[in-house]
Amino acid sequence: MIIVNSVSIKDLSVSFGSVSVLKDLNIEVADGEFLVLLGPSGCGKSTLLNCIAGLLDISEGQIFIKGKNVTWEEPKDRGIGMVFQSYALYPQMTVEKNLSFGLRVAGLAKAEIQQRIANAADILQLEPLLQRKPAALSGGQRQRVAIGRALVRDVDVFLFDEPLSNLDAKLRSELRVEIKRLHHKLANTMIYVTHDQIEALTLADRIAVMKGGLIQQLDEPLTIYNKPRNLFVASFIGSPAMNFLRGKLTEIDGAFSFTAADLTVSLAKYETQEKLTNERDVIFGFRPEHIAITDKPGQKGLSCEAVVDLDEPMGADSLVWLKVAGKPISVRVDSGRRYMPGEKVFLSFNPAMASLFDATTEERI
Amino acid sequence: MTAISTLPTEPRGKRPTRTFAPATIMIYGILLVAALYYILPLYVMIVTSLKGMPEIRLGNIFSTPVEITFQPWSTAWTSACTGLYCEGLKVGFWNSVKIMIPSVIVSILIASVNGYALANWRFKGSEIFFSILLFGAFIPYQVMLYPLVIITRELGIFGTLTGIIVIHTIFGMPILTLLFRNYFASLPTELFKAARVDGAGFWRIFFQIMVPLSAPIFVVAVIMQVTGIWNDFLFGVIFAGSKNVPMTVQLNNIVNSTQGVKEYNVNMAATILTGAVPLLVYFFSGKYFVRGIAAGAVKG
Repeated sequence: MIIVNSVSIKDLSVSFGSVSVLKDLNIEVADGEFLVLLGPSGCGKSTLLNCIAGLLDISEGQIFIKGKNVTWEEPKDRGIGMVFQSYALYPQMTVEKNLSFGLRVAGLAKAEIQQRIANAADILQLEPLLQRKPAALSGGQRQRVAIGRALVRDVDVFLFDEPLSNLDAKLRSELRVEIKRLHHKLANTMIYVTHDQIEALTLADRIAVMKGGLIQQLDEPLTIYNKPRNLFVASFIGSPAMNFLRGKLTEIDGAFSFTAADLTVSLAKYETQEKLTNERDVIFGFRPEHIAITDKPGQKGLSCEAVVDLDEPMGADSLVWLKVAGKPISVRVDSGRRYMPGEKVFLSFNPAMASLFDATTEERI
Repeated sequence: MTAISTLPTEPRGKRPTRTFAPATIMIYGILLVAALYYILPLYVMIVTSLKGMPEIRLGNIFSTPVEITFQPWSTAWTSACTGLYCEGLKVGFWNSVKIMIPSVIVSILIASVNGYALANWRFKGSEIFFSILLFGAFIPYQVMLYPLVIITRELGIFGTLTGIIVIHTIFGMPILTLLFRNYFASLPTELFKAARVDGAGFWRIFFQIMVPLSAPIFVVAVIMQVTGIWNDFLFGVIFAGSKNVPMTVQLNNIVNSTQGVKEYNVNMAATILTGAVPLLVYFFSGKYFVRGIAAGAVKG
């Protein structure tokens, strides 16, 4: 039996004139999967979504939805529903008319339209709003209507183009939960574009981190977080950001260590993907929470001395800035203890949770 | 450390505004002069049109009429002479209406679809097409007159109502297309995308999504076309034919007729009547008109 994926993108390229936006992209999205396209602005994530929706002509490659080649199909024939950042509700129509517009265009029977609207309104709690115009709705309500408009079309694939970016922080986290709940309930395939890594990490089954029209890494959220494939992914994911130290690999009796200035960290517990070599220039990356501050020196080879530079309390925890090997690094600690600038402390590293990158290729070692 | 002064004379609360600051006086003075400059000719025209000829001959053009008469107005409307005919301005008025209404409707219909297509359905060469159309706005009309006379003659519409309507539609196209294109380009593109995902096509998106959102720009376009076509003299005199001369051309014929005495009061009344339509449009829609100029000025 051949498993038919929900959305397959094969060798997709898009270029505007001489500017290449997407290059030879391949993605397979499983049925019912929640895929997040994550990247900084200009990385091509929205372009990719518009290609899947059929709103943008592609230059090369093929797009399949539910096993059907839709490369040349009109958006309406692709079995997709789309939710936009600016909601894109038709301002002159009531919520009900907004929801039913696509169905009326498709020429559905009135009873069927009523049925579907009632269903969507029930799922998204839109009943009290049906007769209102978009101008009389709050941002969160508007976005729910926009989701409803995709919902009534009874499609296989939902496309979200930064749907929460126009909302304030509180509403954003509320709607994020609502979207996740909706996905569990409907079990549709969803492709979601965002530049917000928290949204990506919380919602996704898999995340595709994009940069410069290429997918840098396509993996489950925790894999992306813990084992970033290159320096870009490592620095893009995580807030506060990962610490990086430039240095060299040194071999002593077959055991490798990372050295930078006066710092030496044993890499015995680090899972390497390739054979390490002596004197190789590398970048050592570790997340602020994967390092501990202690009052006494820890295990030899995994500990060093440092001086506190700054202390940033953030409520649940604090971010402490210190100088290690002449470079500022941040450490996430429990907010119970405050650190004073100039205070001498000891750091203890956890190489199992660290990342090592080649200094020139910036790829994970 | 110095103590904070809490004297009653210290600044507190709303900052006082000076009523007669020198700058204010200057601004109002200049505005007043400018206003007088524009209002005086209108004042002279109105008072003269309300005087009898004997009173006008006294020569006090600024004096108010001693004996108000509306005779010049009715003469101008019903029986002022243009050469051979003495049927008044009303003939020209109705001709202008007959020219203006279809021209306004046709030109705006075509230009709005043009603007919509250029803003939302970019096709290969659409930018070049738009540039050529815009370039048309900067070519002096005089250059195109002779070719257009020949073209309309060959089409058999020279000197007809159809002819003048076609001419007005063509010449309204560059600026109106620019106006509509810029407006449609300013609407969120996501709205257009959403409608496409919903399955709406070219015309349905235009009529059901775009047009209902475009009332302001349609008002601006109507104002521009109504005043523009009403004030037109050149095309009217060339293309409309002697049976369809617009009001402006007829006014010229009345004022410049050389027989008999010059009836200044009738001429003044006729001129005000001709200018009344654009004047009223400006009065009631000044806000939209300014907005239209601003919208047309921004090239998107």
